[in-house]
This record gives sequence, C-alpha cells and structure tokens, in this order.
Amino acid sequence: MSNSVPPFAIFLAGAFVVPFLRNRILKSAWLLLLPVLSFVNLVHLSPGASFSVPFLDYELVLCQVDRLSLVFGYVFHLAALIGFIYALHVKDDLQHMAAFFYGGSALGVIFAGDFLTLFVFWELLTLGSVFLIWTNRTRAALGAGFRYALYHIIGGLVLLAGILLHVKQTGSTAVAFIGLQEGNLASWLIFIGVGINCAWPILHPWVTDAYPESTITGIIFLSALTTKSAVYVLARAYPGTPLLIWIGAAMACFAMVYAVIENDLRRVLSYSLINQVGFMVCGIGIGTELAINGAISHAVNDILFKALLFMSIGAVMYRTGKSKCTELGGLYRTMPATCIFCIIGAASISGFPLFSAFVSKSMIISAAAHGGMILLWFLLMFASTGVLEHAGIKVPFFAFFSHDSGLRPREAPWNMLTAMGIAAFFCIFNGAFPGPLYSLMPFPVDYQPYTAAHVMGQTLLLLFASLAFVLLLMSGLYPAEMRAVNLDADWFFRKGSRLVLTVVTGIAAFVARIGEALFIRFLPSFLSNFSRRPVSRMAEAVGRAGNPGNQDRLDQLNVIPSGVPVILAVAFLYVLAFYFIVKG
Amino acid sequence: MKKEYLFDKPKNVKRFFTLFYILLAVFLIADFFTAKHGELPWENWPAFYAVFGFVAFVFLVFGAKYILRPLVKRREDYYE
Repeated sequence: MSNSVPPFAIFLAGAFVVPFLRNRILKSAWLLLLPVLSFVNLVHLSPGASFSVPFLDYELVLCQVDRLSLVFGYVFHLAALIGFIYALHVKDDLQHMAAFFYGGSALGVIFAGDFLTLFVFWELLTLGSVFLIWTNRTRAALGAGFRYALYHIIGGLVLLAGILLHVKQTGSTAVAFIGLQEGNLASWLIFIGVGINCAWPILHPWVTDAYPESTITGIIFLSALTTKSAVYVLARAYPGTPLLIWIGAAMACFAMVYAVIENDLRRVLSYSLINQVGFMVCGIGIGTELAINGAISHAVNDILFKALLFMSIGAVMYRTGKSKCTELGGLYRTMPATCIFCIIGAASISGFPLFSAFVSKSMIISAAAHGGMILLWFLLMFASTGVLEHAGIKVPFFAFFSHDSGLRPREAPWNMLTAMGIAAFFCIFNGAFPGPLYSLMPFPVDYQPYTAAHVMGQTLLLLFASLAFVLLLMSGLYPAEMRAVNLDADWFFRKGSRLVLTVVTGIAAFVARIGEALFIRFLPSFLSNFSRRPVSRMAEAVGRAGNPGNQDRLDQLNVIPSGVPVILAVAFLYVLAFYFIVKG
Repeated sequence: MKKEYLFDKPKNVKRFFTLFYILLAVFLIADFFTAKHGELPWENWPAFYAVFGFVAFVFLVFGAKYILRPLVKRREDYYE
C-alpha cells in the first residue's frame, strides 16, 4: 500500500514522456510497459485503500478502492494493453498521448471517492477522447469531434450542476448511492449527466456520429472506456432505479434496428455498442444481486468482444482503406486470421455457448424472469436475436464473405493479430470457464449458466435466427446494402447548428449593412462636406480591411464555432457558483 | 491460373449448408428430449426458442427495411 500510487497516476504521468522517446523500440517498450506497470500497481491496492488530499473545506478522495471499482480497473488495464499492442505501428505521438491521457482519466473516474474528483476526471475523459477522434485528421473527424466535445461539455455541466446541488443539500461529496428521488433536482441532474456519457436514447448520437470517424486504433479505447465508466457510476449511484430498466430496454432495441440498415461497419458496431450497454443499464435498473453481477460481468465481456470486433474491422480498414458493406466482401481469402478473430468476436457478442456473452447477458435476462418482468424478458430476448443479426452475422458476413469485392489485401500486421488473439482468448476463456470472471463480481455469484435447458434454448434461438438470415438472403428479401445516410438524433445538432449559423450570420450581415450605410456611405459623405478627400479615402480603406471573407469560412466548417467559448464562459460561471455555494 | 479459395468451389458451399441444416435438425430434435426448468411457462414448450428466434429475426429485418429505412434514409452527401 505504501509503495502504491493512485491508479490513474502512471497513465497520466507516462503520457507526457511519450514525445521524448525518439527511439522506435524504446517507445514501443514504453507503450507496453505502462499498462503492465499500472496493473501491478493496481494489484497491490486492496479493497479499502484510499488516497486523499484537502481542498477548501473538503477532503478530495482521489482514489477509493472496492470490489466494484477493482473489476473495472482490471478490465480497463487489459483493454489498454490490447489497445496499445494494436496501435504499436502508429507513429503519431499525439494519438498515444491521448490514449494514455484518456485511459488514466477513465481510471480516475472509477476510483474517485468523491464527486468533485469524479467530475474533474469526467472532463479529462472528454479531453483525451476527443483527440482520438481529431487525430484521424479528416474533415469529417474534425466536425464530428467538435459535436462530440459539445455533447460531453453539456453533459459535464449538467453533472456538475447536479453535484453542486447534491453537495449543498446533503453536505456529502462521497461517490455513493444517490437514487432517483421525486422532486429532488440534484438526483435528476446527476442522473442525466451520467446518462449522456452512457449514450441513452436521444442523448446517444455522439457515439454513432463520432466513433466511426475516429482513428482505427483510437476506437478500441473509445469503445471500452467512456460508456463503461458511465455504467460504473450508475451501478454505484443508481442501482435498482426502475426507470433505468426501460431506458436500457429502449437502448437495446432501438439501436439494433439502425444497425440493420447501416452501411458503414464501424457505425454498425457503434450502434451495437449502444445495444449492449442497454443490457447493462437494464441490469442495473433491476438492481438485484444477480442483475448487478450480470451487468458488471457483461461490461467486462463487452469491452473485450467489442474491442475484438472493432479491431478486426479496423484491420480490414487498415489494409483496404474501406469500412463499408457496399465496398467490402470476400476478404476471408487473404485475411483468414482476421476473419477467424472476427467470427470469434461475433460468436461472443451473440452469446453462443462457450463464448463470453452466454455467461453474462443471460444473468440479466434471468434476473428479469426472476422478477416476473415478462414484457422486459421478451424485449431482451428480441434484442438478443437482434445482436445476432447485426453483430453476429452482418459484420463478419459482409466484410469477409458475401460477394467478392475483388480486393486481395494482405493479412493484418503481427501486432494487430497479437492484440486480436489476446482479446479472442479472453472471449473464449470467460465463456468456457466463467469461474474467474464470476469471482471478481461485487456480489457472490450463485448462477449456473451451463444447464442443458439454457444451452439448448440459446443454441436453438441463434441457429434458427441464422436460418431466417439464410432464407431472407436467398429469397432476396434481405435489405440490400446501400450507400446512404440514416437520419438519427444528431440531425438536430447538425442541422440545428446550421440554423444557428444562418441566424447569427444573418444578424451579423444586417449589422454590417447598417454599419456600412452609416459609416462608409453616410458619414463620409456627410463629413466630406467639411474636408473632402482624406476622410472618404480613410473610409474606403476601413471598408476594405473590414470586408468579411470570414463568413465563407464559417459556412465551410460544419460546426458551431461560437458555441465552445460560450460554454467555456458558462463553465467558468459554474466554478464561481461552486465557490460561493461552498463558501456560503 | 486464378487461385481458388475455400468457398469458390460450389461443392464446399453446398457442404457448408448441408452441415448447417443437419445441425438445425439435430438440435431441434434434441430439444424435445431436454429436461426444462424455465421460470416462465413458455420456456418449457418444445421448440419455443427456435420459433421465437426465427420470427424475431424476420420481424426485426422487415421492421428495419420497410419502416425505419423509408423514414430515415437520405443521400450519402446529405450532411455535406
């Protein structure tokens, strides 16, 4: 204990060393060493350990360790290690720094003992992750990154407002059970603030808008950390909240319908991410020990199989530069290993027996049955079938089989294959031998996934759903893959921002016209009555200098340029408000 | 000569599907002899999960194809 540091420290400090390592091998070693070092540090922290520093009248608990946070800590480290192996070939230091910064912030969130510390890491999480999007360095990534940042800044402010009210009301900053209380604004604000990071319906488009625009390697980290740390906070502060059951069911069901018709496979997987987090949110909402264990174990498994799926499609994208169903197909020929890893990920997420989701998702569905929630049970079973459709079949089928695209790319590089191999190993290990996974759960696990009836039921469900796919495909009824944009809730932001821009530039143009009439035409000619030439020349010069080419530039950027400073200003006001509330 | 891969041969594709259909049949028959202890009554009906899986899958695909897609599909450069 005395030799340990808070779990986030090694990642955050290590990030800033990266640019100083000029030697390729030294840098690679550093990227792999840090997650291992940080993990060793974590192992030495036992439940009950904590670090705290005084701040104003409060004690900031930088780190508080218990069983719940430890599970997330372990799997975040595993995901980080896999992610860095996968990204070893990347020469862009900024990406590695952002990944460390992002990973460290996520560890900060899950080990934070008080809400103020949690909030600070919550914001750093956004900062780190947005660079994993921007470093893709495309125009689409730039715009998506701005929208992503905007969502999270708004979410962060809602969370902060909730935390301030909560602290004011209860006098306690501890990250502990809050629960949704009728008429208690603080509990609702925190709930919604966390919900934005958890990608609840309508609050979700940052996932499906921005993740597919991020770098090939960055998306591995993104898919693992932000939503899962939000799931952690819900498990900590809102277990057993009935509203969560229906939010979760809605996530599980709506996202997959979009996934069916989406063309970009990385976007399909982003919808799939929402669908899977829906199962977890549902489990937390049910709130029994079985359900919470199910939600947490499913979070662990989801991090691994979702990383595996994103990695396999990433490898395809790395070799071919394409990620759309309409442009891919038949790649099993020259990328057989990647294809097999993709199928392992697909089998794991679908919940085939011996694969990971079989032992975790079923706990949540069983908990629904235990509680007699029949409608919920049917919705979750429906969603399970949908998982098979979009992640289990669609992703491997359209990338590696289907029609022959004629592409003959080389197999993925060794570091990508190694990373996929590790993830695939854990997908099968957790599924076939769930004991170690169960032993990490916050509550003792009294659940037996491998009964004859369960194995039989799940296998039949998946096999006959696959049969439906085969028949639909052969009869031509399966919806054709199309190059298209599917409208989603981000429409309001993307088109709304344009409306704001139109209004703002409209007003600016109006003011400019009045100004021009007044200062360029009227005043000079008026003044020139007194002194003819010099003033009108000056006015012409002013007119030319002030001539706005700016408006064109604003139109080109598909973002809200004025929004960010405004929000920073609001953030500053919040900090001031906090100061006065705490002091007052 | 152009290199031939696993599923370029129609024979292999046929083998794959034969295997798949046999698997379906075996599991479907075995289901009738499996002891059930489901908490919900329909879990114990024979072949319930097979029918549910098939119907749910078709329902989802048709829902996406005939309801959602016509509502939300736009040209690929819609946001450009």
